[in-house]
Amino acid sequence: MGNEVALRRGDSASPRRRVFSGRHGWTIAAFLAPAAVFVGLFIYYPMISGSQMAFRNWNLNNLTDTSWVGFKNFQAIFENPDFGTILSNSIVWVVASIVPQFLIGFAIALWLRRKFRFRGLYQALIFFPWAISGFLIGILFRWMFNSEFGVINDLLSKVGLIDQPIPWLADPSTAMVAVIVANVWYGVTFFTIMILAALQSVPDEMYEAAALDGSSKPRMLFSITIPTIRTTLALTVLLRVIWIFNFPDIIYAMTGGGPANQTQIFTTWMVTTTQRGDYGQASAIGLLVIGVLFVFAAFYLLAMREKKEVQS
Amino acid sequence: MINHESATARTIKFVFLGLWLVITLFPLYWIVITSFKEAGAIFSYPLTYWPTTFSIDNYVELFAKADFGVYLGNSILVSTVAASVSTLIAMLSAYVLARFSFRSKGAILMAFLATQMIPAFIALGPLYLLMVNLGLVDNKIGLMLIYIAVCIPFSTVMLRGFFANVPDALEEAAMIDGLSRLGALFRVLVPVMKPGIVAAFIFNFVNCWNELFLSVTLMNRDENKTIPTALNGFISSFNIDWSSMSAAAVLTIVPTMVLFAFASRYIVQGLTAGAVKG
Repeated sequence: MGNEVALRRGDSASPRRRVFSGRHGWTIAAFLAPAAVFVGLFIYYPMISGSQMAFRNWNLNNLTDTSWVGFKNFQAIFENPDFGTILSNSIVWVVASIVPQFLIGFAIALWLRRKFRFRGLYQALIFFPWAISGFLIGILFRWMFNSEFGVINDLLSKVGLIDQPIPWLADPSTAMVAVIVANVWYGVTFFTIMILAALQSVPDEMYEAAALDGSSKPRMLFSITIPTIRTTLALTVLLRVIWIFNFPDIIYAMTGGGPANQTQIFTTWMVTTTQRGDYGQASAIGLLVIGVLFVFAAFYLLAMREKKEVQS
Repeated sequence: MINHESATARTIKFVFLGLWLVITLFPLYWIVITSFKEAGAIFSYPLTYWPTTFSIDNYVELFAKADFGVYLGNSILVSTVAASVSTLIAMLSAYVLARFSFRSKGAILMAFLATQMIPAFIALGPLYLLMVNLGLVDNKIGLMLIYIAVCIPFSTVMLRGFFANVPDALEEAAMIDGLSRLGALFRVLVPVMKPGIVAAFIFNFVNCWNELFLSVTLMNRDENKTIPTALNGFISSFNIDWSSMSAAAVLTIVPTMVLFAFASRYIVQGLTAGAVKG
């Protein structure tokens, strides 16, 4: 108690003997300061400063005129003839990537829950896509999907599925399939890790009791496993939707958004716009992305909460 | 868990797991054997799945022609420094976020988590201008500073989960014995938290090692470039230098893969602690 009083008086006596209760304003501030300085200066400051660029004429080709232009950059986005394509591509990219990632990741996690020989080794091996950058994954798959020397066409023709090589990345109708295959390959690991982690919180007794009652396996899955880990499942899906929506690396490396904008999503559009030097417009796309994700996250969390209330 | 698993169920399970393992490892196998093919053999038909001759020409050329040694050195330096400093800073913030309750705690955690939702590109232009003003464009220290900032939020959340699993009594006792708070943190908690700290460090290292867009934007001179920038350089608008690219890709992937394999157990633990108990 003495220390608390001393601190309130502004005395610098350290609260050495009061470890986690009482007032620790200075300790908290001092320990958080380095993180706050770095994150504030190199993430939040540029982000906020970048956001105001969205309302300015900010073009590297003409830096003398950086006047306010209001919503002109946003108007240009909506009036872009490719806007509709980019919007539907973004949705397809997210949905078609996340569904197989989730299902495969869930299945693997369920199977890895039970111990078997070499499980540790297996786990380490299937985690490896996560150690590679999205950009390199794009490069790897660009090579494998190559129409002439790509291994995918070669394998498909060996098993007799195709008799003509498919120009995967050059054909507008197949390019999206190819980038999504690469993304699924990459993303399963994350779901496996998260679901595997969550499964460790399901007590064995629940399954044992259910088994005594004669419940079937699928029944246990839907009435024990999924309800118990639903918070993690919901959060993992939310994080992944945000992340996949925000993730230009694989597409950038595989197709650069082409052919004919057929794999262009909002973030690759932002990359190409930035590379053109049109920071104003790129920032406007960025703000739009943040806005869309914010609205999505809000509705999603709301829907999840309501469902929970109904259940309980 | 209950022990009845029918033979069919077991078979389906192991076939699926085996199939996924093959799918996961095949691209790695493919890039490794491609990197050992001679330039001509890369573009020859039919494709060779079991090469009989191994050539290290691609690797030799990579170091001779492309200064890859310099890029490799830069990547090791930048990633090691950035991962060490960010892990250290994240330890401090994770510690107070796990141990104390205070009014702005929720807001601070949200501010850390929200960084994961911001498209990096919105910050890229202003970051470049900031670096111009600080005189840190084309400077390894500048890149390190940004990487440190990028790594802090996630590793804070991850380490916070680890701290939450360690009982308070441990450092309480140490502090009653006369250690300062920092002393207790480093002499008592760090040894106990080693798996978590190793996991956070490796995670940060791999993220810095793999980062492309910031390094491409900020590093112009050859002597400052990191590996991802070099990889990007093998792509011209119509073509990719596949022989150099495949060798460079292997040299980029293998170190991180080894680190990840080593830490995979800790990473599952860390994410459990960080995300599930969050």
